[in-house]
Amino acid sequence: MNILTFTLLVWGGALVAGFLGALTGLGGGVVIVPLLALGFGIDIRYAIGASLVSVIATSSGAAAAYVKEGYTNIRIGMFLEIATTVGALVGAFLATKLPVAVIAVIFGLVLLYSAMLSGHPRHEHAETGPADPWATCLKLHGAYPTASGLQPYQVRAVPLGFSLMFGAGVLSGLLGIGSGAAKVLAMDQAMRIPFKVSTTTSNFMIGVTAAASAGVYLNRGYIDPGLAMPVMLGVLIGSMLGARVLVGARTQVLRLLFSSIIVIIGFEMIYKGITGSF
Amino acid sequence: MSLVHRTWTEYEVEQFIGNLLRGGVLLAAAVVLLGGSLYLVRHGAALPLYGNFHSEPEELRRIPGILADASALRGRGIIQLGLLLLIATPVARVVCAMGTFALQRDWLYVSVTVLVLSVLMYSLLGGHP
Repeated sequence: MNILTFTLLVWGGALVAGFLGALTGLGGGVVIVPLLALGFGIDIRYAIGASLVSVIATSSGAAAAYVKEGYTNIRIGMFLEIATTVGALVGAFLATKLPVAVIAVIFGLVLLYSAMLSGHPRHEHAETGPADPWATCLKLHGAYPTASGLQPYQVRAVPLGFSLMFGAGVLSGLLGIGSGAAKVLAMDQAMRIPFKVSTTTSNFMIGVTAAASAGVYLNRGYIDPGLAMPVMLGVLIGSMLGARVLVGARTQVLRLLFSSIIVIIGFEMIYKGITGSF
Repeated sequence: MSLVHRTWTEYEVEQFIGNLLRGGVLLAAAVVLLGGSLYLVRHGAALPLYGNFHSEPEELRRIPGILADASALRGRGIIQLGLLLLIATPVARVVCAMGTFALQRDWLYVSVTVLVLSVLMYSLLGGHP
């Protein structure tokens, strides 16, 4: 197999991953690393570098659409970004120290967890209890547009949310993924931010978080142009197509299918990590 | 009345940011595609070697080296330049947010943004071995 064939195959795989990721809301990043490492036998460090680049592309590409809807809370995003960017730096440094097998096992566990999360429908929480004084002090409360005018909301559990975001940043930097699932979870479950706001704000943060670790990866020589090129272009085009089709598509079956694939890949990553096949 | 005016201004700022992000991504993708085409034309018949990790050459790891490589019209250098542009789009988004906070005289959030920007700069400009 020469470079031309290899590039086209990787591009095709990345396109499908980006398409399914956008359609199911699980993100293409989580399957790019296993696809490259298990499917193409590429060293996991090159795979992580290429995946990280594609995460920035999808985040910025989708943000352009989200921004127009007016749900993103820039203050929440920017404040939590302190935690995610520092976390991403820590994760990127860890990636250069930890053995490849350990990274593979952590990756597998994260895959299993995101598949599990996607199986549980999210519930909007009823507004109970007082707002966090931290949130008031940091001016995090906001309002989002609905059919019946602006709907105000309050933010809770700021210290917990901030710590969870640090963890999401570490995972993003260590594994080259957007860790959107962890970010949305922290904002939904801990901070009780409405879905529309948490989803769009999380997307805003994913790009900035990934950029923080991309610098370290670039300087360490983990970002190979010949590999990053087809991955970035494939995921970008795939996710744009996915977002187009998404309107009116019945994603339930597809979501289940994609989750099952993620579970299988997750177990394989763990197995190969433990048996030292990386 | 003043509230309506302010919301409209913020809306306009958001529209600008949205277009900036989209423009940045498309520009980055175009540069990557250009570099990729050159790379494939010149090296398409060679064998891909990704099974073992050997760090990228020095000139493809630092901003000055990438700029020099890209201006010499090397395919891999141009791809890296496109990837740098891509990494720059979320950074530009943070700079825009800082401008918005400064216009609103929200110094607390100007400081928060400066903090985030310094982490990004530390990572990109490489204060690390």
